[in-house]
Amino acid sequence: MTTTTAQIARPVSMSRSRWMGILFLAIGLAIFLLFGRALEPGLQAKFGLNPGYASQAIHIPDLVLPVQSTIYVLALLILFLGGWQLARGFRSSDAVLGVVALFFVVAFLTWAARGKSFNLVGMLGSSLVRATPIALAALCGVMSERCGVVNIAIEGIMLSSALAAVVAGTVTHNLYIGLLVAMLTGGLLAAVHAVLSISLKVDQIVSGTAINIFAAGATSFIAARFLEKNIDKLNNSGTFPILPIPLLSKIPLLGPILFENGLIVYLTLILAVLIHFMLFYTPWGLHTRAVGEHPRAADTLGINVYLVRYVNVILGGMVAGVGGAYFTIGSVGRFDEIMTAGKGFIGLAAMIFGKWNPFGAFASSLIFGFADSLQIKLQILRVPIPSEFLLMAPYVVTMIVLAGVVGRAIPPAADGQPYEKQ
Amino acid sequence: MDKSNSEQKAVETEVPEAPAGLPAWRRALRPMLVPALAVFTGLVIGAIVIAITDATVVAAYRNFLSAPGTALSATWHSIATAYGALFQGSIGSPSEVYQGIQAYVASGDSTPLVKALWPITESLVTATPYILAGLGVALGFRCGLFNIGVEGQFFIGALCSAWVGYTFTDLPWFIHLPLAVLAGAVGGAFWGAIPGYLKAVTGAHEVVNTIMMNWIAFRLSDWLLNGPMKATGYRPITPQIESTAALPRIFPPPLRFHVGFFLALAVAALVYWLLFKTTVGFEIRAVGANPDAARYAGVNITWNFVLAMVLSGALAGLAGATQVLGTDHWVGQGFSAGYGFDAIALALLGKSHPLGVVIAGVLFGTLRSGATRMQSMAGIPIDIISIIQALVIIFVAAPAIIRWVYRIRMPRAEEIVLTRGWGS
Repeated sequence: MTTTTAQIARPVSMSRSRWMGILFLAIGLAIFLLFGRALEPGLQAKFGLNPGYASQAIHIPDLVLPVQSTIYVLALLILFLGGWQLARGFRSSDAVLGVVALFFVVAFLTWAARGKSFNLVGMLGSSLVRATPIALAALCGVMSERCGVVNIAIEGIMLSSALAAVVAGTVTHNLYIGLLVAMLTGGLLAAVHAVLSISLKVDQIVSGTAINIFAAGATSFIAARFLEKNIDKLNNSGTFPILPIPLLSKIPLLGPILFENGLIVYLTLILAVLIHFMLFYTPWGLHTRAVGEHPRAADTLGINVYLVRYVNVILGGMVAGVGGAYFTIGSVGRFDEIMTAGKGFIGLAAMIFGKWNPFGAFASSLIFGFADSLQIKLQILRVPIPSEFLLMAPYVVTMIVLAGVVGRAIPPAADGQPYEKQ
Repeated sequence: MDKSNSEQKAVETEVPEAPAGLPAWRRALRPMLVPALAVFTGLVIGAIVIAITDATVVAAYRNFLSAPGTALSATWHSIATAYGALFQGSIGSPSEVYQGIQAYVASGDSTPLVKALWPITESLVTATPYILAGLGVALGFRCGLFNIGVEGQFFIGALCSAWVGYTFTDLPWFIHLPLAVLAGAVGGAFWGAIPGYLKAVTGAHEVVNTIMMNWIAFRLSDWLLNGPMKATGYRPITPQIESTAALPRIFPPPLRFHVGFFLALAVAALVYWLLFKTTVGFEIRAVGANPDAARYAGVNITWNFVLAMVLSGALAGLAGATQVLGTDHWVGQGFSAGYGFDAIALALLGKSHPLGVVIAGVLFGTLRSGATRMQSMAGIPIDIISIIQALVIIFVAAPAIIRWVYRIRMPRAEEIVLTRGWGS
């Protein structure tokens, strides 16, 4: 009766490593049973290593794998890892879990692409593109939570700035102005969250929810009242063009994935580096982290807790504003109601999985982007799973990831607590 | 039992006494002051939004200096048309009701009466799922859990009810109806139990997980409505439920007012009893007030998290059940008009108290039902209601704004801790 959440969340290491081993064995067996059965021996899967469109990258031959032996080898490797985990134990079972998950995905893809061809580079490229709004949401989350403000308003911030970007871009015929307006909108809504949660000490999750409901209502209201009648005048901006980076885009494999993208994707990569640098290599970043861990101590040392929180939350909102701009002027060029579809919340999960680190958050966004683009590819490959279930993939992955790491990932100590100056 | 009683007393004495010397009725109404002003302020700002997004009003203000009267009357006209339609669509006009009754008594013709009663009964029809869903959110709040997944639980509950409703064809109503209602509650409870379990066992925050469960529920219902549960025909809807599973309607058709409303009131009373008169409810509230203290007192936190989410989900599922069994009789895409999200606002507005939730639920039902008419008559998108609701949440959660605007001096009331950060 006296078991606590803390104890349950951090199980005794012995049993955890045993469970991990059993999990690996189960995954290995599942590959045998699900993918390995009823395969004709000669079947091959072809993975395209060149983008499907005309590209500057140097052409390289495609990867052709024999389906049956690939699946068997991967399954045996996972079984071996599981056995080793049970018998001896790995020092870092999380890393091994990552490897097992990777093997499982490869086995699954090989099975799904059996007898067909599958453009791997195209899918990895679209993973990065689809990870972009999630990564920007996660970076926004990192900025505000590192200084102790939980921001679940990201979804609403992105939705509003998506609308602002497309309207400003269409009216001015200038996408850069659209991007700027999106950032300002994001900053403005984040400022509202800041006033409510920092100054008025409203429960931060309630404040964020109110902003989300407001954003959903306001954008749908504007869309219904103005945009529907004037699509060409207000809601048709066009999108940022693809900008191949000279030389770098010629690299095979990496070139088409990383260096043939639109402006916002590059901006995301730059922002991840910039925020990492800001947080860990500047006095401002030190202040931010101090305020997030122990605001009272920071205050005693003369750091203005409120100022640090306000600035970080508002800058974070501007980052999320870029993420919102991705939805319209970065990808389709027009606004649809509720088009963010939970990406802001998935970004928060990516932030937690990335342990409140900019690079970690970015890397875990890639996993969600991969899940997202995988479901589209699988629909094209006509895998015998209804498309609605494939569409659930990013949400299910989010829940699994959260269940797997929270409790072991430690948030900033003062996260979510209003600060009252004495 | 003895112990929990004494603790209960201890908690009750913490509630600040209203200042002495005020008459009893003012003391009773005092907790309602901020919510009432919050709703009023929300409606005022809604009016401003309606006026400034109206092209004729904006055009009139271009000539404000030469013809201020035109601008003001255009503003008044715009707001009056919108809110007039809102009022007519939600309450109706008393004189029409009176005339309707006269016509019915005189000639036995019920058509005018039905027409006059339609708005107010529709408001109560809309209030029914609101009350139940709001109780779900409120119960979660009492345990310190923020259940944003009410929308998804509502859907799953409705689908379960619909399935029971159309699958079994020759059950008597006294078995079929309770079974269908129960199926809705169980479906919602299951959908709520998953994030509750994950919260209790792994510490994964329920806010993100319930939202993910919402999206999974939407995709699942898309699939069900296009596949296994699709009625014959091209529309993605379920078959009509059997009449034995329908909640009885009080008035002859087309009025849709059904006993679900009274069911909702009964459930509200039940939730009040559970929360404030039983040990189970006391433990739930203790966990919500201070989990560390509750744990120290021997309360099982894990169990209470799961239990609160199960009950919260069951209430949301019941809301879906009343909607399908009482109002619509089938489930289609876009079946919920955002009841789950509005429920958050009304639980906050009702201060997470069952009575407050009932009042707020009737209010929101009235607003939502009138807004439908406002959309068709005055061309104001129904989303204005979401804007007003978001403002109401903000004003209720930040009473400082209301106190500042209306210059109210008030003792700082005891504030319920609603949610906590990721770690707890």
